[in-house]
Amino acid sequence: MSSKLIDAKNLKKSFGEFIAVDNIDLNVLRGEVVGFLGPNGAGKSTTMKMLTGFLEPDSGDILINNVDLKSNPLKAKEFIGYLPEGAPSYSDMNVLEFLSFVGKMRGLNKKLLTTRLDEMAIQISLKEVWNKPIETLSKGFKRRVGIAQALIHDPDILILDEPTDGLDPNQKHEMRNLIKTISKNKAIVISTHILEEVEAVCSRAMIIADGKLLANETPANLEKQFANKDIISIKVFNKINAVLAKNLKSSINYGDVKIEKLDKDTNRILVSDDKKTPELNAVLKQVNKFKLNIIEASFVKSNLEEIFRKITTTNASS
Amino acid sequence: MKIYLEKTYIIFDRELKGYFRTPLASIFLLVFLALSSGMTFFLGRFFERDQADLTAFFAWHPWLFLILMPAIGMRLWAEERRSGTIELLITLPVTNMQLVIGKFLASWIFTLIALILTMPIWVTVNYLGDPDNNVILISYIGSWLMAGAFLALTSCLSALTKNQVIAFIISSISGFVLIMAGFNLVLSSVRSWTPTWVTETVGSMSFLSHFSRIQMGVFDLRTLIFFVSMIILCIWINVQLVQIKKAD
Repeated sequence: MSSKLIDAKNLKKSFGEFIAVDNIDLNVLRGEVVGFLGPNGAGKSTTMKMLTGFLEPDSGDILINNVDLKSNPLKAKEFIGYLPEGAPSYSDMNVLEFLSFVGKMRGLNKKLLTTRLDEMAIQISLKEVWNKPIETLSKGFKRRVGIAQALIHDPDILILDEPTDGLDPNQKHEMRNLIKTISKNKAIVISTHILEEVEAVCSRAMIIADGKLLANETPANLEKQFANKDIISIKVFNKINAVLAKNLKSSINYGDVKIEKLDKDTNRILVSDDKKTPELNAVLKQVNKFKLNIIEASFVKSNLEEIFRKITTTNASS
Repeated sequence: MKIYLEKTYIIFDRELKGYFRTPLASIFLLVFLALSSGMTFFLGRFFERDQADLTAFFAWHPWLFLILMPAIGMRLWAEERRSGTIELLITLPVTNMQLVIGKFLASWIFTLIALILTMPIWVTVNYLGDPDNNVILISYIGSWLMAGAFLALTSCLSALTKNQVIAFIISSISGFVLIMAGFNLVLSSVRSWTPTWVTETVGSMSFLSHFSRIQMGVFDLRTLIFFVSMIILCIWINVQLVQIKKAD
């Protein structure tokens, strides 16, 4: 028995001429939270829809807890809790009715359903809206109801399509904490285009663009592998005209020198080099030659966002 | 099998209660009762006919259903697709067949409730005279079967679109063609360029001619088979359409 709760191989899906997912492999172990990252339209949702059995792949195999999704979809679907994009729900039902409906469809008996409903009310903090029609709830509560329906049968696998989309910062924080709490004995896949989310909750990030898997690493490894060499940023309280800019660029002896105008009198000089880490001291020396008023000098560390942009745009252009 | 039926029942139950969660149910029932009795008494001249039967009542049913059944059935799939809840349904451990049957049955049972609520008219005719209650019972069953065929057709067509209004319109138009299939208007347009058997087939598809036989108290096997197979065919097509159109 493999401990892979999700084991998908060579997934392909096209819509007419458009290739939405192109030969993606995906494994998720128990205890892992995989962040599915990609620009809009990259194929994240399509992949998730295939994993949950909503869409059939054109080719490729999906094993859910060692059950083949294609040949035994009903059994395989039992292991999965799914929050579709936009957290759809029956707006005319109240929270209790809706969760009971999903729970019954998931095969929970009366006793277990009652227990799970109570747990959901507390764990997802839904008590105060328990008997309210879903259509009257705020976006944050609607999203929570969506999470609750995905969790109602305590599934081994959770697939959450943009679980924090449209939530305010506090709600996002709560949602991430919740995901972290429940992740210990589940395999979780979340899709997002918010990178801080991946850094906050994911044990692994999979970056996808144009239907292709471009990276599959822990957030820390991604940073190690793809991070830019450090960038020096020097803020100066001076106007920089084209001539001065040209002179600055030629005297600073590093590969890439950029000048950014911050406001009327403030500019930022960004210095980086693909081959070597620029030295702050050397750069400052050169800048000082031009008698500029330096108000700030620091290293900018490349964050996951830059790495993401780098990976996805490099691939698109190649 | 037990689980299969249980899940179909849960779908059915949600859908049927769904009618009563919004004002839709009460509005529909009111309109149905008002129109069916209005047509019976004013257009059907129930009293002037001076006959103890419900011919004047049932005669209007095909035309009433032409509008009212699409009104009940239009949301069945169109709304699931519009709101995205179809994604929830299909990723639950159920088959598309269970979903389609559960939803169809809910709308059909809702129609049965509407028909049962017309009972006062049956009581009235029994009070005023001595009608053949067998004919009335057969007419009720026939009317419900015809409603089922209309609903199965509407449910099937509502899987084609995300827009309830479009679902309503195409269902009404298709229903109209099926009602009129026995009329010369439709038949003559087919007769000129197709073999006789096609004309006969089209003619035999007419809801109106099947229903008028029932109204006379003749409940032959052909009519039963016609409506039931119409329902089964539409349900089968519905399942295929849900599969094809779910992700559009």
